[in-house]
Amino acid sequence: MRIDSPAALAEYAAALKARKHAPVKLLVSMGTCGIAAGTGEVLKAINDYIAEHKLDGAFDVIEVGCMGLCYAEPVIMLTDDKGKRIIYGDVTPHQIPAIMQAGLEAPATGTHTIDRCWYYPEDESPAEGELQARIVLRNTGRINPEDIDQYVAEGGYSALAKVVTSMKPQEVIDVISASNLRGRGGAGFPTGKKWSFAAAQPEGEKFIICNADEGDPGAFMDRAVLEGDPNAVLEAMAIGGYAIGAHNGVIYIRAEYPLAVKRLENAIKQAEEKGFLGKNIFGSGFDFKLEIKFGAGAFVCGEETALIHSIEGQRGEPTFKPPFPAIQGLWKRPTVVNNVETYACIAAIIRKGADWFKGLGTAGSPGTKVFALAGKISKVGLAEVPMGMTLRQIIYEIGGGIKDGREFKAVQTGGPSGGCITKKNLDLQIDYEALKSIGSMMGSGGMIVMDEDDCMVNIAKFFLDFTADESCGKCTPCRVGNRRMLELLNKITSGEGNMEILEKLKTLSATIKDTALCGLGQTAPNPVLSTLANFEDEYLAHVKDHRCPAGVCANLIQFNVTDKCVGCGLCAKRCPVGAISGEKKMKHAINQAKCIKCGACFNACKFHAIAKI
Amino acid sequence: MGEMHCVNGVCEMSSRKSSQMEALDAYIKSLPLADNPTRKRGFLIQTLHKAQSLFGYLPVEVQSFVAERLGISLAEVYGVISFYSFFTDKPIGRYAINVCTGTACFVKGAAQVVDELKRKLGVSEGETTPDGKYFLGVLRCLGACSMAPVVMVNGKVYGHMTAEKVQGLLDDCKD
Repeated sequence: MRIDSPAALAEYAAALKARKHAPVKLLVSMGTCGIAAGTGEVLKAINDYIAEHKLDGAFDVIEVGCMGLCYAEPVIMLTDDKGKRIIYGDVTPHQIPAIMQAGLEAPATGTHTIDRCWYYPEDESPAEGELQARIVLRNTGRINPEDIDQYVAEGGYSALAKVVTSMKPQEVIDVISASNLRGRGGAGFPTGKKWSFAAAQPEGEKFIICNADEGDPGAFMDRAVLEGDPNAVLEAMAIGGYAIGAHNGVIYIRAEYPLAVKRLENAIKQAEEKGFLGKNIFGSGFDFKLEIKFGAGAFVCGEETALIHSIEGQRGEPTFKPPFPAIQGLWKRPTVVNNVETYACIAAIIRKGADWFKGLGTAGSPGTKVFALAGKISKVGLAEVPMGMTLRQIIYEIGGGIKDGREFKAVQTGGPSGGCITKKNLDLQIDYEALKSIGSMMGSGGMIVMDEDDCMVNIAKFFLDFTADESCGKCTPCRVGNRRMLELLNKITSGEGNMEILEKLKTLSATIKDTALCGLGQTAPNPVLSTLANFEDEYLAHVKDHRCPAGVCANLIQFNVTDKCVGCGLCAKRCPVGAISGEKKMKHAINQAKCIKCGACFNACKFHAIAKI
Repeated sequence: MGEMHCVNGVCEMSSRKSSQMEALDAYIKSLPLADNPTRKRGFLIQTLHKAQSLFGYLPVEVQSFVAERLGISLAEVYGVISFYSFFTDKPIGRYAINVCTGTACFVKGAAQVVDELKRKLGVSEGETTPDGKYFLGVLRCLGACSMAPVVMVNGKVYGHMTAEKVQGLLDDCKD
């Protein structure tokens, strides 16, 4: 059924809300990590139980996207209209009968329950302990992403209806500019300003693009939004299209996210059927068409000019800016490129106003930011927090601290373009400027936490290996310079380092930063510079003493059997290269010439009889 | 996968391959190709995705076919294939083992998993075992960081991998 006016939309949404539903909603987390962790089997157990006990009218089972509680997948939530809820983590199929019997009365015994640690600023104020404010993730994990009606029932497309029927394009841009929303892809450029540049171009063909090429390793918030609430992106792109005068939109998504692609395609089809996309949207005369284009495994395509070339069927190489895409972008036409998370803020800003949005976060960086917590942290997952929260709150209060009680060493933000933040900055209030001031960057919001077992030189080498591999090869500083830096780091981690190499690293870094063509190259030396600034002692230990303090760099460590050995033979059995030998019940020995330093013996020994030096 | 029969450099496609070629042809015909030659090129990457899903890789005759249909040169098509890591012009093993080497997987020990796979299979990254069974690749971040380190085998995700679990994963790959 086509909905052709704001009044019809409001009526339709009200009817959906009033629809008869079961007393208990049962939300099952069906994002990529939920499915891989076994949510499919849990869902089957739920459906089997309902069929067997004829409970059709008692539960509404809803397949939702990621709730952000990735560490506890499979996750399910029971909830009702009055706000009662129980969240279960690490659910197994045989816990289901007990969970279903217990209902909302009390948690079932023998299960792992989780407190909700977020609130929805559009509808409520935070309760105690609810540090997370969900705007971007407002529907992710709450509604079925494959059913547009559920999005509409939550107020979906009302912002688009309002914009195209009662606002002038310039008024839309004014609201977004006043909200001071900044690009969530990393650089933090004001979205309203970007839109106004494209809007100011003479009328004619223009494009609006969604950058869903989430290539930054360790960042997965865009995937969560696309899998959990694809309509939020479609609605925002249509609003952006109206504001700048574009009738065509392109979502450029990486091929590694098949589930997100499927849900986007489904959402576009449903939105077209309802008339939210296509011709004469809400009877306003505004036409807007969306298509999906695929990446093919190139990190540099996250850079907007490279992304545009990729859509044009070219090699994804960046070009020099200016001209900026807002002036000359896709097919040389004015084009706006925004990131998924940026779009996910737009409809809420239109609904609630710029002042509401500015009420969250810091003065310079209003709103929220989604962080993907990963690495050596207890609660791996997504956290959407108001800007200005401290790292300590994010890592310890939301993330549950470091895994296995180890010591915090550093957190890498901004991925391969960013830097590491150490203990001394744990209380820094995070926003775009604050992170920049300490040599890191917001980036897409990936936070990889590292503990005392991680070697920072090796981490820097990892990022350099990444950027050297992903360099498109167009400009020499990036293509050759990063390769040379990687070689120098390889020398350091293999014990051939010296002070001269450290100096060379610094000089090369400065040259690459100054001369590379695009953001990828210009920021590639950041992980090296930032680890050098914060962990110079580790570099010195590698180059002067040929020692790796964290015990990671294989050429600088040695495994030996100590007198604690009882001769159980487990290490010899585990050794993949047969380097360990010894009589039964006698002390074993490692043949150093054969040893590949994999650490299998060290991990296997129950008597702590293997020493790593 | 279709076999190539090559005699003195002249290659003929087997019948299976020609049915795949027909499927590719039908796909290209279904595209809303623009008359404008520049705009037509915008369909190149999705066509290559389709072709690779049909053939398993992108042999040169498929590349020329796509080039001809989209009105660009073979060199330009090859330039695109060689740029993007997702595309390959060599056949890959029946089991594509891809280890995620994103940051989260890296700090959780993906390197040891890669080393163990290399040792067990006797191939390097980007290579297929001589019997054509296993392909070993690495990729950058599947976004399943909560289960790091992660290995994907023909689309199935194995989480919390260790070097010790490698043998079990290989045993799962039954022909």
